[in-house]
Amino acid sequence: MTRISVKVDGTVYQDEVEPRLLLIHYLRDRLGLTGTPIGCDTSNCGACTVDLDGASVKSCSVLAVQADGSEVTTVQGLARDGEWTALQHAFHERHALQCGYCTPGMLMAARDLLRDNARPTPDEVRHALEGNLCRCTGYQNIVRAVLDAAETAEQGVAT
Amino acid sequence: MSEVGTARLRKEDARLLTGQTRWTDNIDATGMLHLAVLRSPMAHARVDRVDVSPALERPGVVAAFSGADLAEGMGSLPCAWPVTEDIVLPDHPPIATSEVRFAGDPVAVVVARDRYAAADALEAVEVEYTPLPPVLDLEEALAEGAPLVHSDKGTNRCYDWPLRTGEDFAEVRRRAEVTLKRRYHQQRLIPNAMEPRAVVVTPTAASDEYTVHSSTQIPHILRVMLAVVTGVPEHKLRVVAPDVGGGFGSKLQVYGEEAITLAVARRLGRPVKWTESRSEGYLATHHGRGMIQDIEIAANRDGTLLGLKADLLVDMGAYLMLVTPGIPILGAFMYPGIYKMGSYELNVTGVFTTRTPTDAYRGAGRPEATYAIERIMDELADELGLDPVELRRRNWIRHEEFPYTTIAGLTYDSGNYEAATDKALALFDYDKLRAEQADRNQRGDTVRLGIGVSTYTEMCGLAPSRVLRDLRYAAGGWEAASVRMLPTGKVEVVTGTSPHGQGHATSWSQIAADVLGVPFDDVQVVHGDTRAAPQGMDTYGSRSLVVGGTAVHHAATKVVDKARKVAAHLLEANEGDLEFTDGVFSVKGSPDARRTIQEIAFETFTSHDLPDGVEPTINAGHLTDPDNFSYPHGTHLCAVEVDTETGQTRIRSYVAVDDVGRVINPLIVEGQVHGGLAQGIAQALYEEAVYDEEGNLVSGTMADYLVPAAPDLPEFVTDRTETPATTNPLGVKGVGEAGTIASTPAVVGAIVDALRPLGVRDLRMPCTPERVWQALKEASA
Ligand code: FES
Ligand code: FES
Repeated sequence: MTRISVKVDGTVYQDEVEPRLLLIHYLRDRLGLTGTPIGCDTSNCGACTVDLDGASVKSCSVLAVQADGSEVTTVQGLARDGEWTALQHAFHERHALQCGYCTPGMLMAARDLLRDNARPTPDEVRHALEGNLCRCTGYQNIVRAVLDAAETAEQGVAT
Repeated sequence: MSEVGTARLRKEDARLLTGQTRWTDNIDATGMLHLAVLRSPMAHARVDRVDVSPALERPGVVAAFSGADLAEGMGSLPCAWPVTEDIVLPDHPPIATSEVRFAGDPVAVVVARDRYAAADALEAVEVEYTPLPPVLDLEEALAEGAPLVHSDKGTNRCYDWPLRTGEDFAEVRRRAEVTLKRRYHQQRLIPNAMEPRAVVVTPTAASDEYTVHSSTQIPHILRVMLAVVTGVPEHKLRVVAPDVGGGFGSKLQVYGEEAITLAVARRLGRPVKWTESRSEGYLATHHGRGMIQDIEIAANRDGTLLGLKADLLVDMGAYLMLVTPGIPILGAFMYPGIYKMGSYELNVTGVFTTRTPTDAYRGAGRPEATYAIERIMDELADELGLDPVELRRRNWIRHEEFPYTTIAGLTYDSGNYEAATDKALALFDYDKLRAEQADRNQRGDTVRLGIGVSTYTEMCGLAPSRVLRDLRYAAGGWEAASVRMLPTGKVEVVTGTSPHGQGHATSWSQIAADVLGVPFDDVQVVHGDTRAAPQGMDTYGSRSLVVGGTAVHHAATKVVDKARKVAAHLLEANEGDLEFTDGVFSVKGSPDARRTIQEIAFETFTSHDLPDGVEPTINAGHLTDPDNFSYPHGTHLCAVEVDTETGQTRIRSYVAVDDVGRVINPLIVEGQVHGGLAQGIAQALYEEAVYDEEGNLVSGTMADYLVPAAPDLPEFVTDRTETPATTNPLGVKGVGEAGTIASTPAVVGAIVDALRPLGVRDLRMPCTPERVWQALKEASA
């Protein structure tokens, strides 16, 4: 057992964890933060994507102990005081989700992209989302939503 | 303003966008245990010995069971579609007891306090197998002396299902000026809903009652079937499908793991959860397609079709799941497509193999049928020197000919193939692309352009119960809805359909809001829980809107009729003198005499002043059994660029014009088309379940099975025509599968079209760069 301290969505958690515990299971099973789902066991689908100290990571390929001393943001920490981010609004308006299972990962990966590249081209969006699979939308509306969010973000709305 | 036809943003989105989701795997319960399944590593073997006791020594383990331990009291998993009287129906234990028949067949389970401990302890279970020969090739499986998947049945032939209509095909073949024969392969596909399957069973203390949460498309059917399989009485079972992360047919199933988890929770008297890993799902969640199609077409030189013959060899896999044998039968009626002809002959042969069972996958039988007819139409056009669009024009049912009874015996109620095709051609800029193609061919460009067309129709709105009886399907095709007016005037719509991404809460609200004249936001849709929504036939095959949406429409209409009686009483008027607009009853000629439907709801709640003999409610329910299927159609055009040096295909443009009848919500319709296109294109270009010669699944993880990502798919141009269905009051036809059905032949047709001048006549799916390159090499050799 290893002692860790992690700040998740603004709250600090102190825990004893097995060294092999994956971050995704720590979030879901220990903290009850089930907003981030699991889609695969080979780090291919991106459903579990979260933000770890300012970079998007697949939380199924990170150990909980590696997050010690870090700050994690999940889909549940995106909205502030109930206010959705520009990306959440854009996904809603563009119908960029159907079953919604890939959505948390998509939002986190798109957020990371827009941080690095405020005005991506459609191709850049598609490439940035390569590690996030969606089986419902055919991606087109997701790409549109990210482009829309980029536009609103320029006007000062948080992505 | 009419809600129907408006691009309403979805009610479902808020919780999905903020992570407030209710996936089955999110469910936790006090004292909950985790179940893990040990699976056969071999395609076919005798199970000589299973010893679970070493697993019990492992930390955190609470119990472990072999197949034999669980066999008592467990029935066979159901096959609800025994398509012929003499079909071979093998026993299908939820967990193997003496023989395993595919890699992934369950042999033992371990139950532990956490999921890591359960997974670890699987390693300790001891199993001894005697390998038996795998059965993999569909034709060899039928040969004399072939090894048998089910030795007690004496054959690998599951069934033969013939259909012959019109003139004798042999006769037509003799007379025809042109005949063509082709063999097409429908590779096995793995559905890959993004949410893995999961089930949580929670017993109610000491009363033999259970709540089963499952990531299922069919909570109602599952409840009946679990009662039958496990012996838990139906009224003690509540099945809930909470948020479900996609299904595409793969969750239209009664899975062994659902029965096993229930049986184990019952024995232990504790909540038990099982969640599949993706790789486990690849083995154990049913696959789709898996078929060899021998197609023959007969025509005259002017292109007039005379007849069609199709012989299908269909891979059932190792067992018959819920509707396995019926999938090709759903397709059987669709091989003639939108074309007129005088003769049709079909034979379906179901074959057992030692592979994961197959069953419904997006489109279920209809994509296979459409692929065959559309591809062979392209070949016929080539043979006759006709443009493929022109060949289709010469044979399709013209819009003034509807309703039209096809050679397969279906009556298409409405359609307008001309309009959809003309619109698609214009959007695509067909002539310009053809000119560019000719130019590239002329120049001998190493990157060739190809154009593919697919003019499809499908059969949705499953299904009239009497038709299902004739097809030997063991249930009806009705759907239930009820509409409850709450005392404050808000509305609950209860539906028997069970969505998993299709946006029913939004569309059903639109339908009810229009009929009742209440605001869209005042409607709440209740679904996916057999206690809250007790009747239903669930969601699959694009039936929800056509059958379930129609039921909502009728139930809401009944509410208005009941409310009218109360309004007439309160307004002291004759019912016939009342008008009902935008939720308000008013007396003709005296506009001040009015009552809103919300006021009537409150009046029935207090019941202080109701007419004699009127029940104190205006709630109403309705069950709809459709009169006919519905037949969406459309025209899809695809242009590809194929690099002849690398074999790489790039979709240059894709135009889809679909006619799904009246549209309730254009935003949702467009989204459904996009998703369908992605799946159909993936069959054409990327996906295939590959087995080695031992019967092991080689493409066993997401790293080996290519699910397309965002850069792999093009921008789609979608548009539509609207020819309302005449068989339901909404005029709707269904949309979920259209994109999948239409796109596969359009894409493959385009690639073959690009390479035809270089001698390529056909390609096997998926058309990977390697396959394209090989085909080019063979053609030039
Ligand atoms: S669950 Fe992490 S990438 Fe699939
Ligand atoms: S919305 Fe269903 S997987 Fe993306």
